[in-house]
This record gives sequence, structure tokens and C-alpha cells, in this order.
Amino acid sequence: DIRNTVGNIPMEWYKDYPHIGYDLDGKKIYKPIRNKDELDEFLDKMENPDYWRTVHDKMTGMDIRLSDEEVDLVHRLQKGQFGDANFDQYEPYVDFFTHETMIHPVTNRPEDKRSFIPSLIEKEKVSKLVHAIKMGWIKPRKPKDSTPQYYDLWAKEDPDAILGRHKMHVPAPKMKLPGHEESYNPPPEYLLSEEEKLAWEQQDPEDRKLKFIPQKFSCLRAVPAFSHFIHERFERCLDLYLCPRQRKMRVNVDPEDLIPRLPKPKDLQPFPTTQSLVYRGHSSLVRCISVSPSGQWLVSGSDDCTVRFWEVSTARCMKTLEVEGAVKSVAWNPNPAICLVALSLGQKVVVVNPGLGDRLVSSATDQLISSYEEQEEQKPQPVQWIVPEGKDFEKGLRLIISHPKSVKQVTWHGKGDYLASVLPDNGNMQVLIHQLTKRRSQNPFRKSKGLVQCVSFHPIRPYFFVATQRYVRVYNLIKQELTKKLMANCKWISSMAIHPAGDNVICGSYDSRLVWFDLDLSTKPYKVLRHHKKALRGVAYHKHYPLLASASDDGSVIVCHGMVYNDLLQNPLIVPVKVLKGHEISHDLGVLDVTFHPTQPWVFSSGADTTIRLFT
Amino acid sequence: MGGLQKKKYERGSASNYITRNKARKKLQLSLADFRRLCILKGIYPHEPKHKKKVNKGSTAPRTFYLLKDIRFLLHEPIVRKFREYKVFVRKLRKAYAKAEWTGVQRLKENKPSYKLDHIVKERYPTFIDAIRDVDDTLSMCFLFSTFPRTGKCHVQTIQLCRRLTVEWMNYIIASRSLRKVFLSIKGIYYQAEVLGQPVTWLVPYQFSHNVSAYLSTHNTRAPACLFELKLAALSASLARVISSGQEEEVELDQFPAEGEDAEQLEARQKEQMQLEAQKKVFEGLKFFLNREVPREPLAFVIRCFGGQVSWDKSLCIGGTYDVTDETITHQIVDRPSLDKQYINRYYIQPQWVFDCVNARLLLPVEDYFPGVVLPPHLSPFAEEKDGDYMPPEKLQMLALQRGEMPFKAESEEEEEEEEEEEEEEEEEGSVDEEMDEEEVTEEMNLKQMEQQRAQGKALSVKVTPGKMKMENKMRLEQEEKAEEKRLAIMMMKKKEKYLYDKIMFGKKRKIREANKLAAKRKAHDDNAKVEKKKKKAKKQ
Repeated sequence: DIRNTVGNIPMEWYKDYPHIGYDLDGKKIYKPIRNKDELDEFLDKMENPDYWRTVHDKMTGMDIRLSDEEVDLVHRLQKGQFGDANFDQYEPYVDFFTHETMIHPVTNRPEDKRSFIPSLIEKEKVSKLVHAIKMGWIKPRKPKDSTPQYYDLWAKEDPDAILGRHKMHVPAPKMKLPGHEESYNPPPEYLLSEEEKLAWEQQDPEDRKLKFIPQKFSCLRAVPAFSHFIHERFERCLDLYLCPRQRKMRVNVDPEDLIPRLPKPKDLQPFPTTQSLVYRGHSSLVRCISVSPSGQWLVSGSDDCTVRFWEVSTARCMKTLEVEGAVKSVAWNPNPAICLVALSLGQKVVVVNPGLGDRLVSSATDQLISSYEEQEEQKPQPVQWIVPEGKDFEKGLRLIISHPKSVKQVTWHGKGDYLASVLPDNGNMQVLIHQLTKRRSQNPFRKSKGLVQCVSFHPIRPYFFVATQRYVRVYNLIKQELTKKLMANCKWISSMAIHPAGDNVICGSYDSRLVWFDLDLSTKPYKVLRHHKKALRGVAYHKHYPLLASASDDGSVIVCHGMVYNDLLQNPLIVPVKVLKGHEISHDLGVLDVTFHPTQPWVFSSGADTTIRLFT
Repeated sequence: MGGLQKKKYERGSASNYITRNKARKKLQLSLADFRRLCILKGIYPHEPKHKKKVNKGSTAPRTFYLLKDIRFLLHEPIVRKFREYKVFVRKLRKAYAKAEWTGVQRLKENKPSYKLDHIVKERYPTFIDAIRDVDDTLSMCFLFSTFPRTGKCHVQTIQLCRRLTVEWMNYIIASRSLRKVFLSIKGIYYQAEVLGQPVTWLVPYQFSHNVSAYLSTHNTRAPACLFELKLAALSASLARVISSGQEEEVELDQFPAEGEDAEQLEARQKEQMQLEAQKKVFEGLKFFLNREVPREPLAFVIRCFGGQVSWDKSLCIGGTYDVTDETITHQIVDRPSLDKQYINRYYIQPQWVFDCVNARLLLPVEDYFPGVVLPPHLSPFAEEKDGDYMPPEKLQMLALQRGEMPFKAESEEEEEEEEEEEEEEEEEGSVDEEMDEEEVTEEMNLKQMEQQRAQGKALSVKVTPGKMKMENKMRLEQEEKAEEKRLAIMMMKKKEKYLYDKIMFGKKRKIREANKLAAKRKAHDDNAKVEKKKKKAKKQ
């Protein structure tokens, strides 16, 4: 007797095991070793006469041949008859109890008393209800009216009902009204072309200007339902209740009102307006120019290792001086009684007598230089003073001051005796001041305070301006102290110019700003102009006229009217009056230097296109 | 010195705001109820100016409400109703779980409900306020009324929406207040003027929508119930308005408003006249709708402007006369050809009706015959300012409105004008070029002379009669002005410059877009012309 003890479970659970359960002793019942396959099954079906009464028992994995009784049972059950063949369902009914009342009842207990007495509690309850009904407290339930009742809410409009908060209420912005492109039959120009469609599809849904692709239908019949309709309404509902509402002030400005009202340039004449002369002759970019104090001569230094002297009014090159290196800076002595030009070439500063103009002045200058007498006690000097002889002398060279490092800029004091030179890469000796008559040089600063870009003397008072990368320091030369430090607010100062009255300074910077300082007002810029598009290379003031000019790498010179009033209460007036264009840009360099004529409202500019131009 | 130490985040903006979660806890409501309450009462989140300060130094994204708003919600009687409802649901669930069916019955009978009347009254204290804010309400109701009655959405809601929309349309018809209609690809936009307020709503085309995704969220339901209520109240009020309106149809005397001169008054009168004319556009016309055209919108629009309309009896009830009626003036048809045609009526496509309404006059019917390529349907809502692009069809329509001669001559004239303009432009351009050329030649001459001089050659000096240089005064003046402006722009402050640049950028973009549209149109027209010519050539 193999009987499986696993119980009524799906036999698939034992699918992966070698056994199919446990017998009564708890031993494994193994699966029959060989399963019947289809062929065996078929053969069995064909050959075995008892095949129809053979049943596979999943619990034991055995085939069981049903006996006749079992087959009979199956048939009976299939017919819906009782399983037991001997059961007779139509047996005569025999009562369990007799229907006759017997004289001896099963129980003879007398009835309870309480079954004869009405319940007090119930009575109380009923009387309460009766009372409540009598008093009208309990009413029959009204039939419910499910239809909503609407009425005219605003029949009586009450102005007091408006709450204070109602004034603060921000109504939701209305939906945008549709334009022509939303039409089912829009004008042809509103339909998207193929490229536009492609671009539309590639855009993010948030970035799209149109939320749908305009379409054209030939007739109303052909218009389908809009697939995003519910989505759009849903989004709108979300917006309506989730978006923070805020009043945003839209700038409603007429752009014309933003433009400042300035005096008309016409009223501010004279200023240079047209290009009248071009000085050609240099073969490389012209780095620096300077005009003689009389206004008759112009000197220019170039990268082609020449210095040229021009007559201003005819553009004739009077003299060409060939030197050893590229000329970084030229400066004509501002004293009209002395005819000298200072040049910076590499490590040298050369003082040249051009021999132009009044002979008397020229010879007087030579005398002045040669009248030097060497003093007995020589102080050690940071530079070497050399007096050229022979050929150099004939060329006009009068003095050579040789520096330890290359010189970037030279500038004269107003009196014409002192000369300052800038050596940017020379440690703490970046600025040197030379005295011509005594042939003496000194280093005014003990310590360097940044990379010095340019220096300048105050035109009247004993002040000295030093521009480093970001600041302009003003030193008092007599007291030997720092008086002011001007914050330029720009990255890298390129050039500086002092107003002839001495109270205003302009700086040009490589980050294309022109900064105007009013020394009386503050150390911060009074005005910053960003009118150039590229780095500024040079700035200049006019000696007599209220004009200033700035030269930039964008090839333009901008002339501004910069009026400084004697009245201390009135701030300077700055008005750009003319953009002068003429120079061509080569190697990303435009105009390199700019200077005004000392007496006329003319401006000279030298550029990277090897020319010097005069604008009158 | 001295005094109490100030604690951070205990005053200022930090104490004016409350986060959503805190507000919810303060009101003792679930998130869904809180949302519902906010929607009903019109409380919106507020974006603080300094989010970090309000957020007590944290930068986590949170929704903030104004504390005042939440305090305002505290006293709302509806909050108690929400709580009652919560309790009701709990009791009901318990009764179900215990299978106390009588209890369930009793609870269901006593389901708590609330009214929103006072909230509507509070949010819209005057009738005009309510009208102003009815746009979205109407659109939602029209959408809901198109939903299938499949149980995804309460059938009562759909029926109510349908009822309300019909009432609304009836009001619009009775008061003749429809102004603009627009067939868009989304649906039909209508704009009516109710008590001086423009009300715009959008009705989807009659198709089934895929509803389920959106209805499952509560978010649409809460506004929907408010919308319904509001609209229902509105409809009741409108009934009052129209009944009173019909009684007092007295011609009003016209008084000029303050600060108005005669011209403006005249313009206003003219506008008024036009409006009156528009209201009677279809008066005396008899329309018949074929079965393929959308019946409801067309019937609505036609009746709004005084026309009579009918349809096939088998289509829907309400058709008052038959196709065979001889007095029908227009039959609206949306199929390429018809079998049987009556001689004494126009057969037109439905767009004609809408275009007529927007143009405020009866347009010529020739362009709208069945099977004809329809003229573009323009949006009446687009208001072009000067500088914006205006499609030529709109220009034609404006000309028609002014009472000028229709199409052909007009368009030709326009073309001529355009050509003239082009010519003028060309002339100007040529002047420029000439000037430039002169300068260039002068420069060349000078250069040559310079070269010659540099080479040391003798100049070939010659005296030639000079030419008078003609100066165009206007041009010079303009140039001067432009330069002045350029120079003044240089002196602008950084902030103002930025703003100025931004404004100018916007302006330029607008111009660019308008130009693009114009160019597209021109290309399209040229193409069409070429094709026409080709066709002609083929025919010959």
C-alpha cells in the first residue's frame, strides 16, 4: 500500500524533485523511472483493451486500472445519481416524533411570570416616542430633494460685502487669444515650412514659441479633434490654482526717453570733424607722436626704427632719423625756448635736437646742454649719461641716458628741465626722474607698488601721477608723500592724461573704458565711458579747448567735449561730439596714439596702418 | 548695548510666510482637502522675494503661503464641513465592514453636504466681478458637457454642465451679445460682450476625448464644482438681467464723456452704429443646415445675429422648416457637390457665416461656394499694431468695412503702390551709391596724385571746371540727427543702456518676424502666379 501523505496539494510543487511525496513511514516515494511518452501512450491506447479504464494517479505516479465497481460509481456520479448504489432516496418517511399529543409531555414546566406581564422598558420607550410624536418632536422624514437649488446670488448687491482683501486680489491672467496661425484655414505664410517643422520638433516643449503646428484644412468637415485639448485645459486649471500670483511691473518706457538729453554737438564747436591730412612715410606701425609747443612740427616714432619729423601744415617729412631700435615713446619738450625731443629706444632715452624752426632757439638749446659742468662730488647714479660725439652729434643726438632695462615711456615736466622715464620690468626702480641741466637722475620711489603703466607731471603744481594697472597714485613731490590714490575700476590702465588745469584726469584702459576722475570730487571715477568697442590705446586733452580724445583698437578716435568749470559747484560736462574714423585695423591694432595740436582744435592720430592722420 | 538678543528668522519675511505642510497642519486638513479649500477660497501660493530667508536658511524647494491668507482660511465654515465629511467616510467604512446595512443606509441618507454660495459671493462681490472671471468656467463646462456618459465622470455633472451651457447660449442669443467667432484647430472660440465685459470661451469640436487620464486626479474636479456653481448662479442672475433689459429698451441720449472731444465722440457713435449693424447681420435671412455641418455652433451663431435656421427633421428636433421651403436664402453645405439644387438659394460653405460675423457685414458669397478653395479664415482676435505684419486678406476686409470697392481693383492698386514704394526705395539706394562712388573716385584721384608726387614726377596740373556738389539738405539733417543719437547712446548709463538694448532688440525681432512673414507670403504668391500662368499656357 503506497499512500502519499503530502495531502491535497498541486503536484507541480514536486516537479523538480526525484520524489513525489512520502509514504506512511515517512519514506520518499520516488517517481517512476521511465515516463510514458506520446508513442507509448499511443501504443497503449491501441493495444491495451483496458486503456479506457486506466487512470493516472498523480499522487503516486502509478497507472491504476479501475475496477468494475469504480467504473460504475463514476457512471452514477456523472449521471447525477447517488454514489451508493444501494441508497434508496424514495424510502417511506417515518416521523421522528409522533404527531399525536401524548399525555405525558417531554417537559412540564409552568410558563414564566414575565411572559404574562408587558415589558416596562418597552413601555417606557414607546411612551417616550408617543410623547415625542404628540409634542411634534418627531416628524416623518421629508423626502429628499436631490435637485440643486439655484437662485440669483447677486440680486442685492451689497457694497459692504467687498472685503479689504478683495482689493489685493490679483485676477488670473486670461488665456491668450488665438492669432491667425491657430485658424483651421490660416493664410499660407503662417504655415511652417519643412525646416521649421523639423526645428519645432527638435525644440523642447517648453521652449516652443507655438505650442502646436499650424495646419490647413480644405473644409470644416476635415478638421479633427484637437488631441491636446483636455491636456491644455488641465494645465490651465493647474496654473489657475498652483501658480503664485504676483503683479509684475512691466517696464513701459519709450526707448527715446532713456537716451540722455545732451547739448547738440553743433553748439559745442570747434572740434575736429574731418580728416584733412595723412602723413605717409613710415613702413611699420607708428607707436607714438608728439607735437612741438609751437604747433609747427610733429614728431613720430615707429617700429621701423625711424623717427620722422613732419611739418604739420603740409604733411612734408622734414627729417628722418634712423635709430637703433623701435621707438616706444617720443616727447617734445613743452618749453618753447628749448628745442628738444626725448625718445625712448630700447634701454636708452635719447634727447635729440631736431634743428627745426628758429635757428636761435636751436643753438641756444645746444649751448644749454653743452654748458653743463661736472660737479666734483658725484653721487652714484642709477643710469648712465652719455654725450654723443661725431656722427651721432651731427644727426642731432645730444644726450643719451642709458637705463638698466627697456624704457616704455618718457615725459617732460612742464618747465622742460625734468624728464621722467618708465621702466616697467625693473623691480623697485620703475620710474626715474632725470634733470637735464644737472645731468642727474633719481629714483623717487623706494618700493614698487604694482606694474607702472605710465607717469605724468602735474602741469602747474609739483605733483606726480603714476598709473599702475588698476590705480592712479598722485604724489606730492615737495612733501614727498602720497596724496591721493584713484581707483580706476578697470582691469588694466593703458594711458593717462591730465587736464591742463590739473584737477581732472582721464585714463584709458585695455578693457575699453575711459575713466574721468575729478580730483576735487572723489577718488572714484566721476564718469566711466564705454564708447569704444576695443581696448583704448591713448587719451589726450587739448591745452586750450575743452576737448579730449581717445584712441582705440577699433580704429576710431572719439572726440569728446569735456568742459571743466571754474565754479567748484558745477561738475564737468562730458559730451561725445565726433567719432573720427580713418585708420585701418591691421594685426588687431587700430589707433595707437592720439594728441592734440597745442593751439588749434586739431587732433593727430597714429595708427597701426603706418600712417598719421590729422583731423581738423 | 544691551537689550534682548535678536533671533534669526523670527521677524520680517520669515514670519510672514508659512509652508504648505505647516498650513495644512494648522488647518487640520488632509492635503486633498487643503487643496480643495485653497481652490474654493482663491488662495494661491506666494513667491517670497528672498526665498532663502523665508525658508530659514534652507534652499529646499517649498511652496509658501502668506500667513495672513491661512489665518483667513481658519475662520471658514467650510473647513468644519470637510472634517464632518471625513468623519462620515470613516463611519461609513466601519458600517460596511461590520455589515450593518441599516446603518449604512442611515448614514448615506444623512451624508453631509455643503453650499458654496457664500464663497462665491465673497470672491465675486459684484455681478461684474463674476462676469469678468467667467472665461475658464465656461470653457470647462463646455468641455465637460461633451464627455461621454460612461461613468468616468458623474453623469449628473455632465448633465448639469450641458444644461448650463445651453442656458448660457440662450442668454447670448437673446441678448445678441456675441461679437467674434473663430474656427481654430483646437475648437471654436466665441467672444461675447456681457455687461460691457468681453467674455471668451472655447468649445471643442464634437468628438470624443480621451478623458480618463485627467479625470482620475482630483485637481480638475474641485475647480469644476466651483465652476458649475458659479455658472449656475450666473445663469440665474443673467436671467434677471435679460428680463430687466427687455423692459427698458429706451434710446439713450448720448453724453460726451469727460475729456472727450467731438472727434472721439463721433468715432464712438460710428462704432456704436457698426455694432448695431453687426447685431442684425443675418436678419431676414433663412438658413438651412445640411446634415454634415456642425449644427449647434452654426445654429447658435446664426441665431445670435438674427437669422432663421433649420435643419433636417431626422437629424435633431427643433427643425422648423424643410429643405423644400422656397423661402430659404442660404443653404450651408460642406460637401464638394450636391445632387439636387434649388435655384433661388445660395449654397455656401460654413466658413462664410463665421467670416461674415467677424467682418460685420455680409461678404460676397462667390468665394464660399461648395468645392471652391476657401479664402483664409482670419482670427478676429489678432489686433495688429503698426509695424506688425498684416495679412493682405485682412487689409481687404478692412477696405470692405470702410465701404470701398471689393477685391480686384483694390489688390491691383495695392500692388501698384507696393511697386512704387519699391522704386522709391531703389532710388534712395541709388543716391547712396552715387555719393559713395563720387567719394571713391575722388579718393582714387587723390591717391594717384600722391603716388605721382611721391615718385617725383611732375603733376599734370590741369584746371577743369568744377562741379557743384549738390547737398541734400533733408538727408544731411537726418544724418546729423542719427549721429547725435549715436553719440548720446554712448553716454548712457550701463543700466539704461542694457534696458535700451533690450527694448531695441525686441523691436528689431518683431520687425524681423514681420518681414519674414511678408517674404513668405510674397514667395507663395509668386509661386501661385507662376503656376497660374503655366496652366494658362497649357490650356492654350
